[in-house]
Amino acid sequence: MLYFSKLRILFITLFSILFVLIASSNLFKFDDSFFNKKINLGLDLQGGSYLLLEIDNEPVIEQKLQNLTTTIRNYFKEKNVKINNIKIENQNIFFNVTDNDKQSVLDVFQDENSDLNPYYPRFKSHQLEIEDTGLNFKVNFSRQGLIRLKTSSQDQAIEIVRRRVDEVGTNEPNILKRGNNRILVELPGLDDPMRIKSLLGKTANLTFRFVTNDENDRFGVEKLKFENGMEEATVSKRIIISGENLLDAQPKMDTQTNQTIVSFTLDRVGAKRFGKATSTGIGKQLAIVLDGKIISAPVVRDTIASGSGQISGGFTFQTATDLALLLRSGALPAPLEIIEERTVGPDLGQDSINAGMIALAIGFMLVIIFMFVKYKIFGLITNVTLIVNLFILLGVLTLFEATLTLPGIAGIILTVGMAVDANVLIFERIKEELKDETNNILAFDSGYTKSRTAILDANITTLLAAIILFFMGSGPVKGFAVTLGVGIFTTLFSVYFIARLFTSIYVSSNKNKEKLI
Amino acid sequence: MIAFNKYYNHFNLLSSILIIVSLLLLIFKGLNFGIDFKGGTLIELRASDSKINVSSLRDRFNQMDLGDVSVKKFGNDTDFLVKFENKDNKKNIIEEIKSNLDKSFGNNYDFRRVENVGPKVSAELLKSGIIAISLSLALMLIYIWIRFEWQFSLGAILALFHDVIVTLGVFSLFSLEINLSIIAAVLTIVGYSMNDTVVIFDRVRENLRKYSDIKIFELTNISINETLSRTIITSATTLLALLAIYFFGGEILKGFSLAMILGVVFGTYSSIYIANTVLVRLRVSQKTVLREDDQNKLN
Repeated sequence: MLYFSKLRILFITLFSILFVLIASSNLFKFDDSFFNKKINLGLDLQGGSYLLLEIDNEPVIEQKLQNLTTTIRNYFKEKNVKINNIKIENQNIFFNVTDNDKQSVLDVFQDENSDLNPYYPRFKSHQLEIEDTGLNFKVNFSRQGLIRLKTSSQDQAIEIVRRRVDEVGTNEPNILKRGNNRILVELPGLDDPMRIKSLLGKTANLTFRFVTNDENDRFGVEKLKFENGMEEATVSKRIIISGENLLDAQPKMDTQTNQTIVSFTLDRVGAKRFGKATSTGIGKQLAIVLDGKIISAPVVRDTIASGSGQISGGFTFQTATDLALLLRSGALPAPLEIIEERTVGPDLGQDSINAGMIALAIGFMLVIIFMFVKYKIFGLITNVTLIVNLFILLGVLTLFEATLTLPGIAGIILTVGMAVDANVLIFERIKEELKDETNNILAFDSGYTKSRTAILDANITTLLAAIILFFMGSGPVKGFAVTLGVGIFTTLFSVYFIARLFTSIYVSSNKNKEKLI
Repeated sequence: MIAFNKYYNHFNLLSSILIIVSLLLLIFKGLNFGIDFKGGTLIELRASDSKINVSSLRDRFNQMDLGDVSVKKFGNDTDFLVKFENKDNKKNIIEEIKSNLDKSFGNNYDFRRVENVGPKVSAELLKSGIIAISLSLALMLIYIWIRFEWQFSLGAILALFHDVIVTLGVFSLFSLEINLSIIAAVLTIVGYSMNDTVVIFDRVRENLRKYSDIKIFELTNISINETLSRTIITSATTLLALLAIYFFGGEILKGFSLAMILGVVFGTYSSIYIANTVLVRLRVSQKTVLREDDQNKLN
């Protein structure tokens, strides 16, 4: 155990130096093209905001079912099948047919090439499930159908979220999917997420619809409130243009009225429809509806054929900017709810870094002094190993660009405390061996061999705990698992290569000394 | 040599009492779950005006109709921790609170940290925390079962349960907050306690093979003594590191490091006085380990 070949010594030395260099690259600025990896600081250390958003898919499902009833009705109409009493209840579509048509309805829904009910061969499942009791049918989304629907609304939502966050211009936001109905947004360096929160909280569903007094409007009507106040207006459900027709939206100052407005430009389809509606609707009130609330309802005075217009609604410059931003980035497919938020101010982050570093320095000093007092020369060996171990640990974290959190720093300090365990196990064993063995080299050799199982056991148990934490823990706690787990490997390396190398050098040159340890 | 075995019975009794008391505490008093597991809102606030103190803050917050509000000092005199349930999960609650506080305190304060955990997320976090701890106990069980004979496994697992339950008992007794980092601490305790037990067990097994004429009662004592200086040194350096975190690592790590300190103390104690006594009570002998060796040879 004590013999080292020259090649091995060279390898250990180079390896250690390499990691010390990598670790120290966090402190000095190296030429970026040469080596640009760095330990990332977690949000709890650099300050920032962590938001977990959940997509409320209920309205999407409602809407899809609503569309489906129309599709089903039209589809079977072409096939001369009469669908009766079609209605939606508790996310199920119910309808009944006559006896002759029953089988043909079932055939359509169960056909693998059906264009009404898509089939997913990979999951051996249709989008929709159909159940029949006599002549009554119940249709709802299958498990796979629901999953498809959720992932597709998640895909859309994450795109919109990304656009909105990018427009606000925070640095290096991290936007990730979680499960099939959640989105994680990490915003480093942002200590006041208020604006982003309010931007993400809006669906931004914009529609232009006429105000009407005709209760028997062909498309149906609904009563909507004005954004600023209790006033209500009856608005037709017919949508003239919607947010999808917008090409651009910008906040502007209206020089005539001195008001802040949002000016917009429409795409070709939108411009055409807007022009037509404004020419036939002169004198009528056109309501601009955002997320179920009327922003304003100006009276149409002229035909607007240019494809551009403006929204006024008593905006401040900030609210106009935000509205323009929301309109540009598009509507979310479903409302988002912030179900978890964690925000740390940058000064608290810096305080945490300072406290962590002080604790690390003090913990390190205490352990080093303790080991030196207890083991003298071997304590010194342990301490040098401990320092190299710390550098290798930081080097590995740098190499993997791991995220360092406050509990992560605690994990490093804990590693320092527990790293000496392996050396202590070895040294204590050697002491015991020396009681019956006079040959120093033999005693050291068997000390290393006999302590090996205990050291392995001890480290595997800690590693198991770290692995579970890594997979189950979230955010900062994950950082703890990373440093603790990586620390185990670097500790074993430094104990079995570096400390053993020093020990072997010392023992070989003091072969005949009594009471070596 | 210290006669640890003289007190096996005394400390077994003490541990039984500790476990029963802890269980009673956990059942009847329960744990003080933080917002991670209970849901709610937490605000860490730093004041730059001496007018802002616990009572003036409590007054202000109580007027805001937030339900049960707790206001505590956090570390030094200018830092405060405010927690409330936020039952309805109101959207712009932080904004409202800010504008409300501005009226009384101007801008002489600053929110340093805001955490808001919805009821769904907190329920999930609690579930995954419980799964994590159960899973780690199960993995340890499997590991030790592979490595040692069943008598040893039982001893190690009992010691592990003891450490986790008594540590949680202390948290219950003093109403210390249980949050995500405490789960991390408990898992680390599980690892540490196991580590400590395994080192002694390793020696017990080695000695069982070596001496056929020494009874397990004596043998465990010999093994404990042989590994004692390692036990003391490792516990000492680990505790030194943890004390450094506790005293210098800032308020946020206080609960975490305290749980770990307790865990290391209990873990060291239980390796000696629970794990080993199980071996004694199960009358482990040379046969126990030799039988296994024979089997291994046959295989």
